[in-house]
Amino acid sequence: MSATDTQDPNRRDFLYVATGMAAVVGAGALAWPFIDQMRPDASTLALASVEVDVASLTPGMSLIVKWRGKPVVVRNRTEQEMKDGEAVKLADLKDPIARNANLPADAPATDANRTTPGKEAWMVMVQVCTHLGCIPLGQEGEFGGWFCPCHGSQYDTAGRIRKGPAPENMAVPVFKFISDTKILIG
Amino acid sequence: MSEGHSTYTPKTGIERWFDARMPLPRMVYDSFIAYPVPRNLNYAWTFGGILAIMLVSQILTGIVLAMHFAADTSLAFDSVEKIMRDVNSGWLLRYLHATGASFFFMAVYVHIFRGLYYGSYKAPRELLWILGCIIYLLMMATAFMGYVLPWGQMSFWGATVITGFFSAIPLVGEWIQQLLLGGFAVDNPTLNRFFALHYLLPFMIAGVVVLHVWALHVVGQSNPTGIEVKSKTDTVAFTPYATIKDAFGMIVFLFFFAYFVFYIPNFLMAPDNYIVANPLKTPAHIVPEWYFLPFYAILRAITFNIGPINSKLGGVICMFGAIVMLFLVPWLDTSKVRSAVYRPWYKLFFWLFVADAILLGWLGSQPAEGSYVFMAQMATLFYFAFFLVALPVLGLIETPRRLPNSITEAVLEKNKGGGHHPAGATAAPETKG
Repeated sequence: MSATDTQDPNRRDFLYVATGMAAVVGAGALAWPFIDQMRPDASTLALASVEVDVASLTPGMSLIVKWRGKPVVVRNRTEQEMKDGEAVKLADLKDPIARNANLPADAPATDANRTTPGKEAWMVMVQVCTHLGCIPLGQEGEFGGWFCPCHGSQYDTAGRIRKGPAPENMAVPVFKFISDTKILIG
Repeated sequence: MSEGHSTYTPKTGIERWFDARMPLPRMVYDSFIAYPVPRNLNYAWTFGGILAIMLVSQILTGIVLAMHFAADTSLAFDSVEKIMRDVNSGWLLRYLHATGASFFFMAVYVHIFRGLYYGSYKAPRELLWILGCIIYLLMMATAFMGYVLPWGQMSFWGATVITGFFSAIPLVGEWIQQLLLGGFAVDNPTLNRFFALHYLLPFMIAGVVVLHVWALHVVGQSNPTGIEVKSKTDTVAFTPYATIKDAFGMIVFLFFFAYFVFYIPNFLMAPDNYIVANPLKTPAHIVPEWYFLPFYAILRAITFNIGPINSKLGGVICMFGAIVMLFLVPWLDTSKVRSAVYRPWYKLFFWLFVADAILLGWLGSQPAEGSYVFMAQMATLFYFAFFLVALPVLGLIETPRRLPNSITEAVLEKNKGGGHHPAGATAAPETKG
């Protein structure tokens, strides 16, 4: 070997590795803005909240409002629908978690946990199928709740997945009753 | 077959001038004139050329359509209708482009099935095959994003469902989905980026096509017997033989294409896409374009959880897995014989697979309920069994028929009864392989 050969690892090895690392970090730093620009922009992220007047909804009626580009259903459930929802055993549920943004993440999917205390008749829910994002049709399907025409997912009267390919119950967004007839979503 | 020595001799001064500086005429001569092709190629081999002209046609019509299209949710639908009604010849260009996408896929499916039937993917053509699979993937991405642009109901909900696939990925799924959409749902940012990418991807396809053809010209074309070219008598020159045969195949193909464009331009399109996108209402029955239907059927067939994998992720895995199978074919097939002509059992399974693919396509167009679900599950099972069981096992247990010693022998044997002069053999349609 030549006279310049020294013990491993020598200064040159260190410089190679350091240069290589700088190049990798640099390439990553350069690539990031190109990926980052794809993410939802500030105007999309601005958390819009919607106020809904539900005074006109008698039991058995629903309305749909657009929130964050998605439809949110507000439904004043009938006595029968509430009874059907309460009668379901947790063990029969495909997804036993409430998916209610107003409750802890592990709350069980009881009928009451899908609504808000004192207003158990009212379902407020993002009406987007948890399978691939279609809009289920209301008051259809085997469980009298929602039925997704795209891939056949069936939800019960509390919006819980009962049958079909969807993995989760439909999401309950952050909402509250600001008066007896007004709901604030978001 | 391979690059080998060039037989090009520049005749004029300008040709010699070019040849010494950038031998482009030499490359064209070696690739498309003197290039030796097996003498027994049948019409299934004309689809490569057909695909090339479809790609060019899509790029040309696409570029002029882009001059009239507005990638904005409030303008897109109307701008497409404006193309149809107001832009001079706009209706023709749009129908050529939209129907052209369907015919592009028809041609690519014939091309892929031809490769599967004649074992074109086997060594040394694995890389050629994989480059083809990459082109197919890019085609699917391009077609999907193009379908979103007219901003009709199917555009919107197709985009919602397909980007929804990514939300099935554990942990990072939601993040990736929002990255693709540029929001929480399909909206203006989605339309904008899809337009940009729909314009970009065809040129990437063109790039991979160059690699595909390069790889082809290194290993040479396969042929219906699956036997490698052994002597000069096994081949004929690309021009005039293959050129004329390809040209005739193109004319017949374009005849069908023109029939669709001029007489039934909307036959392959969903009527719902003439309704402007409405984010609050899903059409009663979402169906993708026909060329995605088999994969759509596989996606919907998984209605049950598999261990820790939920039904949604399972469906997405199976759907992408169905495409991954194609990439693995060169290594799944254990048979030393290439062509199905000499493989009685493989031939049977190949045609069952074709039938299965068509059945899946039909099931994909039906609602996901009742017996359709069960049928789709069985058809999905067969789809994967073909690749994962039939391909490896048949190669080990099947007794192939006797192979001819050479392509020439196979051709002469076939034409013995017909009374053809051997020289005419290349021109005769070898439809049965």
